[in-house]
Parts: sequence; C-alpha cells; structure tokens
Amino acid sequence: MMYTADMLKAFAPYRKDAIVVPGRGGRHWINQSQRQDLDAPVGDPAMGGHAGFGFGLALAQPDRQVVLFDSEGDLLMSLGILTTIAELAPANFYHFLLDNECYATTGGQPVPNAKNVAYETIARGCGYPRSFAFSELDGFAAALPDIMNNPGPVFVALKVFPEIENEPIGKRRRWNTRGRDQVVGDLRKTLDTIGRGEVMKTAATAGS
Amino acid sequence: MNDATPPANVLSPETVLHHIKKAGVSHVVWLPDSETNWLYMLMRAEPSIRLVGVSREGHAASIAAGIFVGGGRPLILIQNTGMMESGDSIRGWLHGLNIPVVLMVGYRGWTRHGVISDTAATYTERFLNAFDLNYYLVENDKDADRIAVAFDEAARAKRPVVVLVGDEYHGFNR
Repeated sequence: MMYTADMLKAFAPYRKDAIVVPGRGGRHWINQSQRQDLDAPVGDPAMGGHAGFGFGLALAQPDRQVVLFDSEGDLLMSLGILTTIAELAPANFYHFLLDNECYATTGGQPVPNAKNVAYETIARGCGYPRSFAFSELDGFAAALPDIMNNPGPVFVALKVFPEIENEPIGKRRRWNTRGRDQVVGDLRKTLDTIGRGEVMKTAATAGS
Repeated sequence: MNDATPPANVLSPETVLHHIKKAGVSHVVWLPDSETNWLYMLMRAEPSIRLVGVSREGHAASIAAGIFVGGGRPLILIQNTGMMESGDSIRGWLHGLNIPVVLMVGYRGWTRHGVISDTAATYTERFLNAFDLNYYLVENDKDADRIAVAFDEAARAKRPVVVLVGDEYHGFNR
C-alpha cells in the first residue's frame, strides 16, 4: 500500500494545466497543488458522483486533461458509470481510484468484499482501453509518464492506507479554505466558462 | 393520415428537439424509457447534440454538473421513476452546486382525470415538492413553449427546473 499524500506528491509534476478533481484526496492535494484555480475540491455533494462530475468536465473541456481521484466506496455506488465513460471515451480523462478498502470517513468499516475486488479489471471489462493497478508507490511512480503522456480514458487503481476518522464531522479539521461556491466560481473563471450555459435564446427571453 | 404524421394533441419529438436546439443544449444526459425511441433517433441524427447515455438516472446529475462547470449546456432526459431514484444526487450535485439544468421527466402513469393507478405518478409531484424543484407540465405541442420557460427559469435562478412530459411520449412511438 502507499500513502495518499506520497502518491499525490509523485503525481504533482505531471499535472501541468490539468483540471484536478481531488475527491477524498483533497486534504492532501491542497498541499501539492500549484494551480488551485484548476482544482475542484467540491467536497462530497452526494456520494458516488465524483466520477460523473469529472467525466462531465472532460466532455465539456476536450482540449484539457481532467484528472479525477475517485475512491472505491464512491465507485461501488455507481459502477455503471464506467460503461458510460468507456462508451464516450474522452481521451482527456484520467481516472485514478484511491482504494483503502474501507469507509474511512465513517470509522473504517470495510467496503463489501474489500480485499478481493479488482477494480482495474472491472474498468477494462466495461471498456476502458487502458487500466492499471498499483499497490506500491515505486511502481506507480515509474508508470506515471506512460499513464499521463498517452490518451485516456485510463483507469488506475491504487491501494492506499486508510486514514480513518472517528471524530464527529463537526469537530474535524477543515482543510479546504474555499467554500463550494468559490471552488466552482474560481474554476469557471479560469476556464472562461462563466456565462456559458446561462444566457438563453429561447422564446421566453426573445419575447416571441 | 399516414404513418409519419403525428396525431393531433400530442407532444411530437420534433417539437421537443426544436426546443432543445433552441436552448443551445450541447449534451443530453439520458436514460431511455420504453417510449422515447423516436426522440432518440432524432437526437442521434442531430450534430449539435452529444448524447450521454447512463445506466442509472442518479449518474445524470453529477455528469450534468461537470458539463455545466466545464462550459457546456446539459439537459437531463429521464423518467419519473429514475428521477425519484436520483434524489440525493439532485440534492447534492444540482442544488448543491447551483446547476441551471432542465430535467425533462417522463410522467409515467399521468392521467388527466385524476384517477391514477401507477404509483410512479402518485409520488412524482410530491417528490418534486419535497426536493424544491419547480416544474412545468407539458402534454402536447401547444404546451411546448413551457420548455423554453423552464430553460429561462433554470438560467435565471441558477437551479434545476423540471419539465414533466405528461403525454407519455405518445408522439415518439410512431
């Protein structure tokens, strides 16, 4: 297994100007990121949706790499999303999975069949053209150039040590210095997408 | 009337597609129900629209959120059964991120006479009210301007708005 913080430190040099959705790695990514305006630490709006969010970003920003740090608990809630991603196959989508074999934020209870799920096999079976699995940092670090310098979609399952939280949510340290609205606003400003999707040319606005 | 002529007093798929295009929709995130095939064929032939098929309706909310933040203009096209399944995703990804998206929702079980035997319809408007989703009922082509109203409201209020399609897509079944 590897520590999430070490894994993100190894990844950071390959980020360039990619959008990063750090998911449950957000508390560590904030210490590595040099482009927080391109980060989307949206927290946990609804569990199971990070893959869809990152995928949607990749569809709308085809000329920019989108990197998602998903988690196995999230993905297990929405495994079918892998077929949707593989069908549209955005070449700019890099799907990493942090597999700590448990629900760390609720006390460390194991996910179903925690130690026996081959997520990279599931991704490939759903149609991802490239998938990898790493349990040690050295192997992952060595493969990063190949992973990031070739087209996606690619799926990379990573075994990470659980960082179990048992404090009541209200007592946990808040690592994100920006609220969700600011995160989305900063990203849209950097992507120059403010105004898009909002100005309509419909019958109602045209008065016809 | 030949087979290609839509019957009177229905919501034709051509009308729906007209409004989708007029609103500038870039991506339709959808899961078909049994009666949307004709609309699917029209959308598939429309070069300005990219279809994003999902295997469960709950996936549609976060996908649409990502598309919007990335600069696209998504539309969600699902059935009421799937909308109810999507409750937490609608709460978190659409309301939570203030996503101005229209959900076109097939109103399975809807009848105009008030006697409803399909519980999918029984709970639809109760669900919409519980999740604070404003909605417009569209039953035929004469109502179709409400689709534009929904797009405008979503954009102005920066929130999801629902169009309930109460025709059960009869026009899509030709």
